Amino acid sequence: MADLTTDFIGIKSPNPFWLASAPPTDKEYNVRRAFEAGWGGVVWKTLGSEGPPVVNVNGPRYGAIYGADRRLLGLNNIELITDRDLFTNLEEIKRVKADYPDRAIIVSIMVPCEEQAWKAILPLVEDTGADGIELNFGCPHGMSERGMGAAVGQVPEYIEMVTRWCKLYYSKPVIVKLTPNITDIRKPAAAARAGGADAVSLINTINSITSVNLDTMSPEPSIDGKGSHGGYCGPAVKPIAMSMVSEIARGEDTHGMPISGIGGITTWRDAAEFITLGCGNVQVCTAAMTYGFKIVQEMISGLSEWMDSKGHTSIEDFRGAAVPNVTDWNQLNLNYIAKAKINQDLCISCGRCFAACEDTSHQAIAMSDDRTFSVIDAECVACNLCVNVCPVEDCITMETMAPGATDPRTGKVVQPDYANWTTHPNNPSATAAE
Amino acid sequence: MTSDVFEPGIQSGRLSPAEYQAQFSDLHPPLDAHEALVAADRCYFCHDAPCITACPTDIDIPLFIRQIATGTPDAAAKTILSQNIMGGMCARVCPTETLCEQACVREKAEGKPVLIGQLQRYATDHLQAQGVHPFVRAAPTGKTVAVVGAGPAGLSCAHRLAMLGHDVVIHDARPKPGGLNEYGIAAYKTPGGFAQAEVDWLMQIGGITFKHDSALGRDLNLEKLKAEYDAVFLGVGLGGVNALGAEGEDKQGVSDAVDFIAELRQAGDLAALPIGRDVVVIGGGMTAVDAAVQAKLLGALNVTLVYRRGRDRMNASVFEQDLAASKGVRIVTHAVPLAVHGNGTVREIEFEYVDDAMKGTGQTLKLPADQVFKAIGQTLEGEGMPDLEGRKIKVDGSGRTSVAGIWAGGDCASGGDDLTVTAVAEGRDAAMDIHMALTK
Repeated sequence: MADLTTDFIGIKSPNPFWLASAPPTDKEYNVRRAFEAGWGGVVWKTLGSEGPPVVNVNGPRYGAIYGADRRLLGLNNIELITDRDLFTNLEEIKRVKADYPDRAIIVSIMVPCEEQAWKAILPLVEDTGADGIELNFGCPHGMSERGMGAAVGQVPEYIEMVTRWCKLYYSKPVIVKLTPNITDIRKPAAAARAGGADAVSLINTINSITSVNLDTMSPEPSIDGKGSHGGYCGPAVKPIAMSMVSEIARGEDTHGMPISGIGGITTWRDAAEFITLGCGNVQVCTAAMTYGFKIVQEMISGLSEWMDSKGHTSIEDFRGAAVPNVTDWNQLNLNYIAKAKINQDLCISCGRCFAACEDTSHQAIAMSDDRTFSVIDAECVACNLCVNVCPVEDCITMETMAPGATDPRTGKVVQPDYANWTTHPNNPSATAAE
Repeated sequence: MTSDVFEPGIQSGRLSPAEYQAQFSDLHPPLDAHEALVAADRCYFCHDAPCITACPTDIDIPLFIRQIATGTPDAAAKTILSQNIMGGMCARVCPTETLCEQACVREKAEGKPVLIGQLQRYATDHLQAQGVHPFVRAAPTGKTVAVVGAGPAGLSCAHRLAMLGHDVVIHDARPKPGGLNEYGIAAYKTPGGFAQAEVDWLMQIGGITFKHDSALGRDLNLEKLKAEYDAVFLGVGLGGVNALGAEGEDKQGVSDAVDFIAELRQAGDLAALPIGRDVVVIGGGMTAVDAAVQAKLLGALNVTLVYRRGRDRMNASVFEQDLAASKGVRIVTHAVPLAVHGNGTVREIEFEYVDDAMKGTGQTLKLPADQVFKAIGQTLEGEGMPDLEGRKIKVDGSGRTSVAGIWAGGDCASGGDDLTVTAVAEGRDAAMDIHMALTK
């Protein structure tokens, strides 16, 4: 039986599944129930400075996009940080941590970009006994208009400065949560490292408008006829998050930084993928908001079963295993040649592959009068679109051509050696144009 | 159709070998991987799901379906089997249409529930096909428990006790373990020797000894068992059969449906199993339907199922009634048997129509019959049993009987439906209570 326990920057938890700072972790009631359901840790919903708490909108806070059968694929929100009193939150954190010493509790914080504000709140947080803090430099709506959240996360110098203050006034691990609403994610990550951060967590939500009401002409969620961009999350953002995680994992100034992966993690497989890209643990929100806290049971059983099947005894066994295989395009092997192959036993003759290939790709699929679909190797560039649109798992596969065989499309013999863009004789420019 | 189907009397070999094969193949062919993913995708992962409440063994159905959906069917199987060690058999024989699938919110939404039963089979088959037994025994407790009856209740109880570290000796009157799973369920619901395969798989837990041809009252007595073992669990089922109370009931050709089903299940060659041309089955439960459908499948030309009340009162579910109808079984309701006619051997059977209050109408119906199966309920057999409630052993919620040290569950015990899945739940719960009693 695989060991799922993690030690992330000295913070131990029984499994790598933490609830991200968000509505699910806003109060003691939720967090206790989350721990009972099996979550390894939580990042408590972001605390603000002492004083009157923020006021949220009193209309819809969420908008959604759906896949087939109303499956929620993407969610956006315009909720702010906690709208409960700071001291109520602190007391609750202290109580829950005392009752669940084996679970991780991280406190998310967002206060103004002034040293005094951080100096004031950090000792209060330290007193709760929580295991660490996460700096909310990512929230893209509302708070950013007040110079906090993403407004800080978009300026690496601010990140470095605030991180330094936190390391100065707080003794436990500091995690910097990054916004994806930036061109190059490595810059804020490097700034966090320079400021002494113990880890980064990413991604926070993405600026988004999920839909427009065509009767009222208001973006959704609509507050009295007006809408604002909100933070986008859920399964739809996972590819963006994984790309950003991988950039940090292999970046010159950022590689080796502990990463807490966030972004659309819904199943054990999503979590495993983030971990292979270097994450020491993962944070989940939308899946819990969609399906409830119990969802973690599938994540635990699935990850455990997969690890057993691969012979991994601990998370560290495969953490980062995919990082060496994330590369720049110009390093991809241009001598690697594959062809699509349709398994006629599995094919249900829907013709989606044909439509995709014939209308939008390389006219490499033939259709017979009796609706048999087959690949024309002489046209197939192995683009994978047919695989992607096929409704049947594994019906269309990409078959690698063995070296020595002749590619019927080019008439050339498949070469056994590796040749990338910079060395390939076909390529007119061996170096990128500057 | 061969001419043999028109031959009157109880005859064997009415069909060709290929026909027998086709007739008795799997009622629901198993889902393949693609079908399972599509079916699993429909589950909403409901909170405090109604399907769980509807399952007598409280299987966490949304969780196991999600485990299938995320590509971990073996984890799904563990979720199922940790609540119901006979999840494989229950996936085949449960009347899901009146249990989990009736409760499914998609039944309410679209009239089409998630295929919970078939998904359960997909997961349990996936694990069991690998011969993997996912549970391990706790440290030995040094206690030994006697389980009487190797049916679903007894096996479920034995497995749970063995897992908790107790040694278990199961006694059964029959040569093979399995109880009704092996002897009493229609062959097309559990083809391919599944019942024995499941028992073999279950026994892999270790610590369970099976003693066959060891019947209570004949080879065993309760007092002695109680003295020899630390606890006793009775899962003896209902060995007796109710009588028709109709004139001429003893004529040749009249027999108990349970015996017919047992004989069919044990038959090496179905072609050698004789069946009447005109078969009448009396009763309205699962056993009646199983007998009627299998009579038809064996090549009987006319099969009539006669029930004394209306269809809505039949214990057989609507699905079972429709299955019977689809196989060509005629269902006659509101009729009670008056007399079996024939010269030594049954020739016809006479019924009187009754109203909803079971009052005779004076109108009668005569059905030609060369074979009559009685399926009007089974009864508890045995002397010196603990106190009864009605005609079954009285038990409390944990399976405790009136006698300290003796527990009971399954069809022989009071309460609950006489379903495989209920028996499994009762066996499991009694085991937990026995464990508490033995380790406190």
